[in-house]
Amino acid sequence: MYRYDEHDTTLVRERIEEFRDQIERRMDGRLSEAEFKPLRLMNGVYLQLHAYMLRVAIPYGSLRAEQMRVLAHLARTYDRGYGHFTTRQNIQYNWPALTDIPAMLEALADVEMHAIQTSGNCIRNVTADPFAGAARDELEDSRPWAEIIRQWSSLHPEFTFLPRKFKIAVNGAGEDRAGIRVHDIGLQIVENARGQLGFEVWVGGGQGRTPRLARKLKDFLEPQDLLSYLTAALRVYNAHGRRDNLYKARIKILVDALGIEGFAAEVEEEWSYIRDGDLKLPAGEIARIRSFFSRPELTGPAPLPEAGPAAFRAWVDTNIRPHRVAGLSSAVISLKPIGGTPGDATAEQMDLIAELTERYGFDEVRVTPDQNLVLPHVRNEDLFPVWSALREASLATANAGLASDIVACPGLDYCNLANARSIPVAQAISQTLDAEGLAQAAGEVTIKISGCINACGHHHVAHIGVLGVDKRGEEFYQITLGGAFGEDAAIGEIVGKGLAADDVPPAIARILRAYLDFRDEDERFIDTLRRLGSDAFKEAIYADLAA
Amino acid sequence: MKTLTANRLTDGRVIYRTVEGQWSTELAEAQRLTAEEAVELLPVAEAEFGIAVGPYIIDLDKEGPAGQKWRRETIRLAGPTTGTTHVLGAA
Repeated sequence: MYRYDEHDTTLVRERIEEFRDQIERRMDGRLSEAEFKPLRLMNGVYLQLHAYMLRVAIPYGSLRAEQMRVLAHLARTYDRGYGHFTTRQNIQYNWPALTDIPAMLEALADVEMHAIQTSGNCIRNVTADPFAGAARDELEDSRPWAEIIRQWSSLHPEFTFLPRKFKIAVNGAGEDRAGIRVHDIGLQIVENARGQLGFEVWVGGGQGRTPRLARKLKDFLEPQDLLSYLTAALRVYNAHGRRDNLYKARIKILVDALGIEGFAAEVEEEWSYIRDGDLKLPAGEIARIRSFFSRPELTGPAPLPEAGPAAFRAWVDTNIRPHRVAGLSSAVISLKPIGGTPGDATAEQMDLIAELTERYGFDEVRVTPDQNLVLPHVRNEDLFPVWSALREASLATANAGLASDIVACPGLDYCNLANARSIPVAQAISQTLDAEGLAQAAGEVTIKISGCINACGHHHVAHIGVLGVDKRGEEFYQITLGGAFGEDAAIGEIVGKGLAADDVPPAIARILRAYLDFRDEDERFIDTLRRLGSDAFKEAIYADLAA
Repeated sequence: MKTLTANRLTDGRVIYRTVEGQWSTELAEAQRLTAEEAVELLPVAEAEFGIAVGPYIIDLDKEGPAGQKWRRETIRLAGPTTGTTHVLGAA
C-alpha cells in the first residue's frame, strides 16, 4: 500500500492544526455557525440529528491492520463503540463531540489517514474495485491510478469550490465492481487494439433525484494523459456547471445540457492547451506509485478447502472470490448479520479484523461499496481459521451477494436529510428472508435502501430498490425493480404506489418467491426480471395488499 | 403547542429551550409556547451565542413531538430506533 511521504504528512498535520484553531474560534464565538459550517464540512464534520458525524476517508477502500486498529480506537474512545462503513468505502462515526475531533484527527494522522474532502463541493475520496490487485478477472490494478488521482486532487486549489461534489471511480477488472457508470467520472482500464492499457472515460453518472448513467466521453485515454484530461474535464465543469440551483449543479446536468458530444468537444479543446504540459505523468512516477502496491505470490499453493463444517462450506461457497494467484482467495467479511445494521462494525470486531488482516491477510483489508469488508489475499489453507475467528465475532454470515446482503443508508435514524428510516427496514427484510430461506434460494440479488431521494443507499441501481418517502408525517417506501450497479448498469423502474414499512419485507419475499416460480433453470433474478419485465412482479408486490 | 429545539454546540446533542431561557436535553423541561410566542422567540435564540446551533420550532402535544415531523423529532428525542446491539451467532 501507498505510504505517506513528507509532503503528505506535513499537509495532513498542518490541516489538523488549522482545523483545531477553527474549532477553538467557533467555541469562543469568533466564528458563527454560518462561518464555521463550510470549514467543518471540508474536514468531514457534519451536524446530524443527534450529534456531529465525522466521515473518515479510506482511499480506494484500502486499509492496513494498524489503520483498522485506529478506527476501532476511535469507535471505542470517542463514539459509542462502533463505526459505520459506507457505500463510498469510507467510515462514519455518529457520535463524536466537536471538541474531540482534533484528537481523533491526530490519531488518524498517526496512521496516515484523514477526513479531508469527505464533504464539500470538491473531489471526494476516489473509489476503486475492492478486489483490486487480487481479482482473477483483472486487467490491471486500479489502486495506483486511484492513488495518483488522490494525490493530484487533494487540496487542489482550482477544484476546491466546484459547483457541487465530484466523485471519481476506477475499475481495472472485467466486472465493474467500482460502479463507474454511476460516478461523475468513471475510469475503466481497457486494452486497445495494439495491446496498450489505458482508460475508457465515462462522465455524468450519478444517482440522487436525477439518476443518470454515465455516458462514454473517450474510448481510450493513454495513461500518461490521465491528469491533464481529468483537469480539462473538471475545468469545463467548473466553468459551465450550474451554481444557481443546488439540484442542477452536478456534472450530469451539464452533460445533459451540452449533450455528450458538446461536452466532449469542450473537454477536447481545453485539453489541447494543457495535454503536453506539466500534468503529463512521467513513466518513472507511475512506476514509483505502482511499486507501493505489491501483490503476494505463493509457492506450493493449496486448493480451496472442500471439507469442514457445513456452515464453513456455506461461507466458502458464498463469501469467497477467486484470486489471480493459485492458492490464494479473497474473503468477503459480511457486515450484514441477519437483523443487524448494514455496514456497522463494533470496536471489538474491527480489532479482530485487524488481527486477521495482520496474521492471515498480508496486511490488507478493503471496504466495499456494498458496505462489507474484504480480506483480498488469504491462503486457502488459512480460510478455516479465518472463518472460525470471524464466526466467534458474528462476522461470518454467509450472505455476500445474496438478498440479505442489503445496502442501506443511515436514514432517518441518523441523517438530517432523510425522510424515512432505512436501517430498521433492512433489518426486517433480512429477518423475513432468512426465516423463509429465501436469500439462499434466490441466489444473486441486490437490495438497496435509501431514506430519501439523495439515494446514498444506491436504491436506483439495485435489482430491488427501496426508497423511503414521507407523506404527511408517515413513512412510505417505493419499490424499484431492474436497477444494476456494474458493467450492465441500469436505473430501476418505480413499480406502483408506495408501501407502508411493515408491508415491505413480505412484498420483497413475494417478489423472490415469484422469481423462483418464473425462472428458467439457473437463471439469475436480474435476468428473469429483464426477460419478463417488472410488470410480471407487480402482482406479487401488491398481492396481499388489495384485500 | 410549540417549543424551540437545537443541537448543542460542543457535542451536537439535542436540546430544548427552557422557561429560564436556558437549554436542556430534557423535553420535559422545554418551554411550552404558542405559535406566536415561538415565532417571537426564535430570532432571540438565533442571535444568542454559545450553546445552541440552528434553533427551530417544533410542534408538541401532551405526549411529546407532534405534527408532520413527529417521527423525526421523536427519533431526535429518543435516539435511533435501530439499537446498537449486534446480532450474535448469525453465521
